[in-house]
Amino acid sequence: MDWLNAAVQGILLGGLYSLFAVGLSLVFGTMRLTNLAHGDLTILPAYVALMIVNALNFNPFYSIPITMVIMFIVGYLLQRGLLNFVVGKGDVAGVIVTFGISMVLQNALLLGFTANSQGLDAGRVENLSIKINDRLAVGWLPLIIFLMALVVITVLQVYMGRTKMGRAFRAVSDDQEAARLMGINTKHIWAVAMGVSLLIVTIGGVMMGIRTTFDPLLGSQRLIFAFEAVIIGGMGSSWGTLLGGIVLGLGQTLGAQAFGSAWSILVGHMIFVIILAVRPQGFLAKTVTT
Amino acid sequence: MSLLEFENVNVYYEDFQALYDLNFKVEEGEIFACIGANGAGKSTMLKTVAGALVPRRGRILFDGQPIDHMPTYKRVEIGISSVPEGRRVFPSLTVHENLLIGAYRNRKGPWTTDTIYELFPLLVPLRKRQAAGLSGGEQQALAIGRALMANPRLILMDEVSLGLAPVVIKRIYDAFPTLLNNGTTILVVEQDVQHVMTVAGHVACFLEGRIKLEGRPSELTNEQITAAYFGV
Repeated sequence: MDWLNAAVQGILLGGLYSLFAVGLSLVFGTMRLTNLAHGDLTILPAYVALMIVNALNFNPFYSIPITMVIMFIVGYLLQRGLLNFVVGKGDVAGVIVTFGISMVLQNALLLGFTANSQGLDAGRVENLSIKINDRLAVGWLPLIIFLMALVVITVLQVYMGRTKMGRAFRAVSDDQEAARLMGINTKHIWAVAMGVSLLIVTIGGVMMGIRTTFDPLLGSQRLIFAFEAVIIGGMGSSWGTLLGGIVLGLGQTLGAQAFGSAWSILVGHMIFVIILAVRPQGFLAKTVTT
Repeated sequence: MSLLEFENVNVYYEDFQALYDLNFKVEEGEIFACIGANGAGKSTMLKTVAGALVPRRGRILFDGQPIDHMPTYKRVEIGISSVPEGRRVFPSLTVHENLLIGAYRNRKGPWTTDTIYELFPLLVPLRKRQAAGLSGGEQQALAIGRALMANPRLILMDEVSLGLAPVVIKRIYDAFPTLLNNGTTILVVEQDVQHVMTVAGHVACFLEGRIKLEGRPSELTNEQITAAYFGV
């Protein structure tokens, strides 16, 4: 693998990370909730898809829409039934509750599915690639994931910018008390935000399950990648999050290229720390002074 | 039947009692002004009407229906809308988007973005600007417009003149008759007595969580108001 190849792989990997990260960022943006269960909630849809695939015996790609609907409902109920009670009660309450959810999810998955790695078999597409020259080939699957990330972020931008619901999200994010005074039911908005977050994460989670394997304990690593992508890109900007994912992905693949594959994750983290030190607000942060 | 009625309302912040057995009625189609010094309980009263605070004892009736345990957003649905203290426009939203948020509950009525721009022409050139960049007076006009977009039967206005230049205050008060003509009742809270007395049909002077003096502005003397205001 030479440098160009590593760079291309890194960019494509970044698309996947941004799929995890936009969900995290959406939840933090609308309700200032740091969701420590977010990583595990990216693993859960892969298992949901696995169950659907096993039960109905069809291609995992087709399971994505069904899993998205299921995860939206899971997110809505999780928020309405539990997390709404900690929103606005300070950072610590939310951190503790979501950490608890993370523990419960991990252990429930361990009980239900064992610690063995699982995979979703999508058939031939997993191994197909576009050969550009002798040294560079782009896998169809990573490319599809990256394009999905572009579509998701574009749709999310339009949803937030142009629809009544998106406007309500932003109003609640700006000032929840004032939003209530305007007739917005913030509890419903938060629940929809969590639902949408998990719906987006489902795409990444299931695609990741098709691309590689997954096990119940992968969540914390995904959570860190998601955080890093959000922070590198800058809070509140979806395209920034994509950029953050790409920077992180590039860091990992180029790090592996330079120092060997054992260095991949570490170099990604180091680049994140450097950016945090030099530009803590991220590359494309949307800040509004009041 | 009065549009809004307070029956022995007692409101607390934790252990601190802010309103004591408050009784008053606001009739449909009038401007009801509450004046009083800082900390007299005026804003607390408005917050209780809007739903941000719940009375520990007593009832609030809106159009004859008790509303004291109704969530804030549902009160907007039945026609209570707020211009909150400190304006609280949504800073990252544009002026136009702020107005659209006001119409979130889709109540039918005379107010649309077009009629708001007619009422406050100063907002027209700003419609695509983020509300964060507006001046205080512009934000106040926006906050009032946003509240009107809900087509309220009762609009609650908290300190609309605070921190604004006299010419801007005048422009805002000049809009009040238009609101009344469109069937909106106004409950306004002010520290600045002077302006509000010229438009109000009814005035209540708050002191330490109680209404000290109540009546029509024409029937009250300056001495009475000063005495009630400062509690001397």
